[in-house]
Amino acid sequence: MRTQNATAYRFLTPYLLIFAIFWIWPIISSFIISFQATRTVPWRFAPAFNWGRLIGDPAFYNALKNTLLILVIQVPVMIALAIVMAVLLNSPLLKARGLYRFAFFAPVVVGEVAYSAVFRLMFSLDFGIVNKLLNSVGISKIDWFSNVTPAMALIMIAVTWRWAGYNAIIILAGLQSIPEDVYEAATLDRVSRVKQFFHITLPLLKPVIVFCAVLSIIGTMQLFTEPFLITERGGPGGGTETLGLLLYRQGFRSLNFGYASAVAYTMAGLAIAITLVQLWLMREPK
Amino acid sequence: MTSRSQARLGRVIALHLFLTPLALVWLFPLWMMVVFSTMPDNGIFSPGIELLPHDNFLDNVANLQRDTNFIGAIGISVSVAVTYTVLSVLLTSMAGWALARYEFHGKGAVVAIIFGTITLPYAVVLIPQFIMVARDFALANTWIALIVPPLFNSLGVLFMRQAFSMMPAELFDAARVEGVKEWRIFLFVAMPLARPMLAALAIILFLASWNNYLWPLLINSQPGAMTAPVALGTLIGLTKVSWGGIMAGAVMLTVPMLIVFVLLQRHFIAGIAAGAVK
Repeated sequence: MRTQNATAYRFLTPYLLIFAIFWIWPIISSFIISFQATRTVPWRFAPAFNWGRLIGDPAFYNALKNTLLILVIQVPVMIALAIVMAVLLNSPLLKARGLYRFAFFAPVVVGEVAYSAVFRLMFSLDFGIVNKLLNSVGISKIDWFSNVTPAMALIMIAVTWRWAGYNAIIILAGLQSIPEDVYEAATLDRVSRVKQFFHITLPLLKPVIVFCAVLSIIGTMQLFTEPFLITERGGPGGGTETLGLLLYRQGFRSLNFGYASAVAYTMAGLAIAITLVQLWLMREPK
Repeated sequence: MTSRSQARLGRVIALHLFLTPLALVWLFPLWMMVVFSTMPDNGIFSPGIELLPHDNFLDNVANLQRDTNFIGAIGISVSVAVTYTVLSVLLTSMAGWALARYEFHGKGAVVAIIFGTITLPYAVVLIPQFIMVARDFALANTWIALIVPPLFNSLGVLFMRQAFSMMPAELFDAARVEGVKEWRIFLFVAMPLARPMLAALAIILFLASWNNYLWPLLINSQPGAMTAPVALGTLIGLTKVSWGGIMAGAVMLTVPMLIVFVLLQRHFIAGIAAGAVK
């Protein structure tokens, strides 16, 4: 095919301009800012200023620890739940499929602020419906907001509720692309359904599951709204402080852009490292 | 009844016995959102267990409007989401079309840069975007600030590139032989053929804009310029605030989207399944 530079760039330029200004340049700029002292006028180049502070900052380690803790517990639980949802929604035995799909997929359209407000109210200490229901079955009420462990659990429950269905949609699409005859052959060979799941379904779903895991990890890495609104600015006492909140606090409350950029690039570095590990796990076995 | 069909019946029952409680738990927060939005504040903060709606919704809307100009904020959110969706669909379709159907210098580089940066967290660009829009362009608290920066989203480009590259070339070549201009081929041949994909993309983009929180929170923080989620968020955590009002706001943000979801479920799911926009 002959090249069509002029025509192609006429279609491409409007998008490329926006992409360059609001995505590519900020990626570079943020990296540069992370090496600058930004609370002096003019900003000056000071390579160790922010990164040096970051390495010795207990607030950073606290946010990093909380973020990674949420990551290693919430993401696997949610993905497992999403697989269960998708497999069961795909079962030919299921009646009233539409109702079940609605129940699991509806949270996908619910905004972070709306659901944070609901979760905050549902889990409040004395008048929250969750504690009332726990009480009515004889479990004493849990102080979800004043103790670190329940507060972390609450954040994980909220995020899982919001995103499990989203992942189930992607996994369900993956399931439906597996050809029927694979299972027919296995059934003829009297392979049990459980074995079929572990030896046929899961291996064939692996690329989709890795895709979901990467998306979820990058999302959870930036977790902001839930600890901001549900546990009120990362409370109790920084117990649910995340990297996203630290970035917000440093960047937009203290207007310390250099330090906030260093935090942002730490998140990016972690995301890239985790994506690379996932891609390595995905490689074709020899 | 044969043992085979008995075993099948057992599996059907077990499946529903497991899935029904899970579905109810999943629906519970949405149900409670509706219930809370219809209760007076002294009802929400009372010791009894209330699981059914009352009739206080309109009073709660009035309470919410007293706490913040929520109706005005909804107006901003609707206008911004509609404008953003139209512009974003147009920009990403054009770019996707160019990448799918033309050979040109730099194509490989453009695709590589888009793919190479797609997994970077959005947090990385937040600070420079803010400095640029608020300080350099002095556009904080404007519509432009809400609409233009999020247009960078590249997943739509990849989605539309995929859509256009699956179309048979003969369709477009026939038009070219007759001397139809490239932009007319794009607009009047390719775009109508891509309607299902465009619908999926538009729904996902609209939803993303409607629910967007962090960027509007940072850039449009003045009361008259806030979007609805930001306006609602300012109330959460205040002491003297109507929680019935907050829940009425949550319902107004959520229920229209749930209705759209039910009506257009197929497009919704297609958009998400293709990873159109995270």
